[in-house]
Amino acid sequence: MSHEPKALGGRIFTPTFCLCIFIVVIAAYFAVKRLIFGIGSVTNLNDGYPWGIWIAYDVVVGTAFACGGYVMALLVYIINKGEYHPLVRPALLASMFGYTLAGVSVFLDIGRYLNAYNLYLPWQMNFHSVMFEVAMCIGTYIFVLWLEFTPAFVEKWGLKNFGKKLNKVIFAIIALGVLLPTMHQSSLGTMMLMAGYKLNPLWHTSTLPLLFLLTAIIMGFSMVVFEATISSRVYELGDETSMLSKIARIMTYVLGFYLVIRFQNVFMRGHMVDAFSGSFLGNMFLLENLLLIIGLVILAYPNYRNNPRLLFIAATCVLVGGSLYRFNTYIIGFDPGNGWKYFPSVGEQMITYGLIAFEIAMYTLFVKIFPVFSVHAPAESNH
Amino acid sequence: MKMKRRDFLKGAAGGLALLTLDGKVVDARMVEALPPDALGILYDSTLCVGCNACMSACKEANNKKPEMHGDQQLWDKPQDLSASTLNIIKRYSSGTGEHKDQEEDGYAFIKRQCLHCVDPSCVTACPVSALAKDKETGIVTYDKDACIGCRYCQVACPYNIPKFEWDDFYPEIVKCQLCSHLIAQGGISACCSVCPTGASLFGPVAKLREETRRRLQMKPGKRYKFPVSSIDSGKWHEFEAPKYERHVYGQDELGGTQVMYMSAVPFEKFGLPSFPKESFVSMASGIQYAIYKGMVYPLVVLAGLIFMAKKNKNSEEAEQSASTHDQGEDA
Repeated sequence: MSHEPKALGGRIFTPTFCLCIFIVVIAAYFAVKRLIFGIGSVTNLNDGYPWGIWIAYDVVVGTAFACGGYVMALLVYIINKGEYHPLVRPALLASMFGYTLAGVSVFLDIGRYLNAYNLYLPWQMNFHSVMFEVAMCIGTYIFVLWLEFTPAFVEKWGLKNFGKKLNKVIFAIIALGVLLPTMHQSSLGTMMLMAGYKLNPLWHTSTLPLLFLLTAIIMGFSMVVFEATISSRVYELGDETSMLSKIARIMTYVLGFYLVIRFQNVFMRGHMVDAFSGSFLGNMFLLENLLLIIGLVILAYPNYRNNPRLLFIAATCVLVGGSLYRFNTYIIGFDPGNGWKYFPSVGEQMITYGLIAFEIAMYTLFVKIFPVFSVHAPAESNH
Repeated sequence: MKMKRRDFLKGAAGGLALLTLDGKVVDARMVEALPPDALGILYDSTLCVGCNACMSACKEANNKKPEMHGDQQLWDKPQDLSASTLNIIKRYSSGTGEHKDQEEDGYAFIKRQCLHCVDPSCVTACPVSALAKDKETGIVTYDKDACIGCRYCQVACPYNIPKFEWDDFYPEIVKCQLCSHLIAQGGISACCSVCPTGASLFGPVAKLREETRRRLQMKPGKRYKFPVSSIDSGKWHEFEAPKYERHVYGQDELGGTQVMYMSAVPFEKFGLPSFPKESFVSMASGIQYAIYKGMVYPLVVLAGLIFMAKKNKNSEEAEQSASTHDQGEDA
């Protein structure tokens, strides 16, 4: 434990940071436009496709990307693998902003945002609604993530008394931080069960909750690898490949398990024919799984996963493949019939880009100000 | 301690296994039953003459704006259900389109509106109970003061009925509520009260179902009495019975609907999907029920997680204080 996390310091207004802020400003313009002139003035959403990329990307894919904090807490505090401790705080930071901005996106997406308090009125709550459960879980989890990250604020500002109090309850917060994503990530899958025949049978199955939970876990781990690889290059943190390749080994099992269930499920329901029919949706199914299989092959062989570049490629494949699975379930494989079409408008896309840019900007800002990274023995760095 | 953790993980895995079971296995919930005083509409396509009086009355009763189409700016001509059209008469046409209620070379009308499902997806989907099914009349109503505008009802509705005011800065969901505001004053749905032929017939669902059975037993070509406006109105017309399709749409579809259709043309010609008897709702919420009923599983899991997080956190702290202690001594 000689490597306590430290703030990195350094220049804040880097070119990356400024570019991100520029994108955020453009997105803010469209956000204001949406609030004044309505959702229809900015988006291509319609009565057939009531959900677009603000839900499919910002919430459904975005929170899966933000599952790094969840899987690392699960690994370190529940399965007690203390060796991965240095990866927890960076993962939590990314998760914290990922989920917070998913919340911002939902706020822009829902039409009657001022009524959101109804979710907290016991007589309005609909416990049968998957949406209710997801909304409550995500809402609560955003707070939990900020609390989980609070030790970094405590260390930065030397809030010793508060730190001691927090330390007495932090295990409960951590436990919630594992329970809530398990609940809502699987429920994000349950959500589309209700779409019924509108969702193509390649994706519509009662196994959706399990498939969504598993993709959340593999995407969470992949994001940890992806982020750690980039930050260790950008901030010269030293080589973390040995730790990351151990995570890669865990991913192999989860990803393998996922793929077995995914294919077995489609096969048992008799829809494997659709997958190889050469249709657009069949090809999307194949592409989604091909990316995951490429990831699996790299992760499965120790020689490959010990190579930082290949490991990075594998993580990227899994992230893209997992995202595609979720996109397919929410938009691409969804067909309400009646000739409805949807492709996100420029304004709609800009808001999504703005949210991503904001996440990156805040991440780079926080790692410089707050103790996030544990800098390794500088064996690799030449300084 | 190791054993305990393993047991806990097994329990958690068991909970997960529940997730993988087929909806039918974990079906803790049956399809909802029809309320005893359920109200509905029987729309008989063969009686409809396409006069659109129902559409105009609907707009008036619900304060909706006319929708122009194309160059003409004179009269209401919606192309489909929308945020300002809760009820629409659409036309099926084939070949020369000469003969009424004929599949080939013929045409037929269909009325599209909210069918007021017996087990409505939208009501189960709505997180804040803005969409609710009246316990007595079974009418699916909307409360704009509760609605948060998440549009899950639109995703969930198998008939694509709820519409959203996309161009409004504070939009509402719009759909037929069977003129429940008129019913509360002792009236009936506006579309039925103006229908000149009785094609749209208002009444208690039980009586309407009886009426469908009566019509299915009619001999085609023979003259019969057909009630007008409401099945209890006492008013009627006499028509020759058509050759009905031997199926009432809404009788069983996804657990049944309170608005039902009869026709002489197959229902899929109108773009009405053929559905199984079991609703998607019962499948989805069957799974949801099995896992979250009484929040027992989540709370058990949470207790286990707290126990383990506390134990691991404590051992980590012990380690940490030991190492800082060592460092202190070194210094």
